[in-house]
Amino acid sequence: MSRYLLRFGVLGYLALILLVPVGFVFYRAFEHGFAHAWDAVTTPEALHALWLTLLIAAIAVPVNTIVGVILALALVRGRFSGRGLLNAVVDLPLAISPVIVGLGLVLLYGRGGWLGGLADHGLHILFAVPGMVLATMFVSMPFVVREVVPVLREIGIEQEQAAETLGAAPFQVFRRVTFPAIRGAVAYGVVLTTARAIGEFGAVSAVAGNVEGKTQTLPLYVKAQFDGFDTAGAYASSVVLALIAIAVVVSLRVLQPKEH
Amino acid sequence: MASSTAALEHPTGAGWSRAGGGLARGFVTAYLSLVVLLPLAALVWSARGGGLAEFWHQATEPEAIAALKLTLGLAAACAAVNAVAGTATAWVLVRDRFPGKGLVDSVIDLPFALPTIVAGLTLLALYGPGGPFGIDVAFTRIGILMALLFVTLPFVVRAVQPVLIELDEDMEDAAASLGAGPIGVFRKIVFPNLLPAVLSGVALAFARAVGEFGAVVLISGNIPFKTEVSSVYIFGQLQSGNGSGAAAVSVLLLAISLGVLLAIGAFRRWRTRHDRV
Repeated sequence: MSRYLLRFGVLGYLALILLVPVGFVFYRAFEHGFAHAWDAVTTPEALHALWLTLLIAAIAVPVNTIVGVILALALVRGRFSGRGLLNAVVDLPLAISPVIVGLGLVLLYGRGGWLGGLADHGLHILFAVPGMVLATMFVSMPFVVREVVPVLREIGIEQEQAAETLGAAPFQVFRRVTFPAIRGAVAYGVVLTTARAIGEFGAVSAVAGNVEGKTQTLPLYVKAQFDGFDTAGAYASSVVLALIAIAVVVSLRVLQPKEH
Repeated sequence: MASSTAALEHPTGAGWSRAGGGLARGFVTAYLSLVVLLPLAALVWSARGGGLAEFWHQATEPEAIAALKLTLGLAAACAAVNAVAGTATAWVLVRDRFPGKGLVDSVIDLPFALPTIVAGLTLLALYGPGGPFGIDVAFTRIGILMALLFVTLPFVVRAVQPVLIELDEDMEDAAASLGAGPIGVFRKIVFPNLLPAVLSGVALAFARAVGEFGAVVLISGNIPFKTEVSSVYIFGQLQSGNGSGAAAVSVLLLAISLGVLLAIGAFRRWRTRHDRV
């Protein structure tokens, strides 16, 4: 009896807090028909916001993937003082409010900031795409590292040593032995990084300046539409983002290691 | 932090150092310094720029203090609900069997993948003014708490689930055969085994709840002294050009939130050691 109570309690909680709200946004987006929703997400502003969102992700995700793999290798295989510190820094973005991230960037690159002079040389970071990319890189940095570290630790170094003994060059060892072993974890981390990069709101919002058709990503566009009382447009764009999120969840499921 | 000590016990690869490990390490250290540490250093610098008295004055503005109290209270409530609901959810996903369980398991990750502004919008659409159920929690603390529960849903579940899978059911059977009731088994066997995982999930959920912005900015209404949380207050100060005030509040918020995280981590390590004896 208590088993059923627990089951339906949990399912009820999930429905209340997660499933019904997300489902309802789909209903709201399509209540005036599919064509209406399609028109709302294919306005020039919406398309530009989508394009900019994908562009930022296309820069931040590969950078964080390469850096993430090297960081994971350094944390697991390297031996140097300050490794504990490096490890803590990797976790920082998970513990810091996105708004504070954005604020830090504004104070660094803004007027009077340490790097505020860059703007005078024509290198505009704030209220422009570079600042949005930096904010996105910050918040989406830990995911690849955190997925790859446990796998590297798990596989050990015997195979790598064997390959070395057989005369493989260091990069060959990485390409032929290490990388195939961590590929799944890298892919998992890439999916998580992408989800975070596409969805980031607080940090990007603080540095973006939010100029419609210029520095507006899709999440910022959703907020702007909502604030402008165009709720239909906000719901329709939300559905686009929700569909990306569902694709992410499905990819995670497919990539999940079998033993889980 | 726990992982760094584990790394120390692990043999290192000779290949790593020969493959220019030092160079690669320099590269990632430079990247982290530029992308992560420099903005944070600028934040701290800006917060203390006007001197300690000015920092304290800015950080303890009545509106800032009200926001801070609300944020910490809501984050604590969110962590507590997650400890119970997350553990129950993990339990149902591991031990129970019902059609559609795989789907429910997948859905748990949705809050990780869904942009936070969309999460806030979905809750506002359903539980805001003009919602279909006639429930309106918009611009209330209940509304903020719901938004926080939405975005932190996966943390405890995903921390507890693997531990529960590994947990040997024989132990529970043995306890039951010795006359322990279901509550006794849970209290004496299951709970002590799950506690470290629950605590690490709770710590992540707490940290996330303290900093959350996107999900709460729409539903909270941002009424000063009532429903304005710290992240929204900081954002407002930044928008109105008071960068140093925003930085002061940020530094205080970060210090408190890191302090809580360290305390939870220390308690967790103490419990783990305590159990092994």
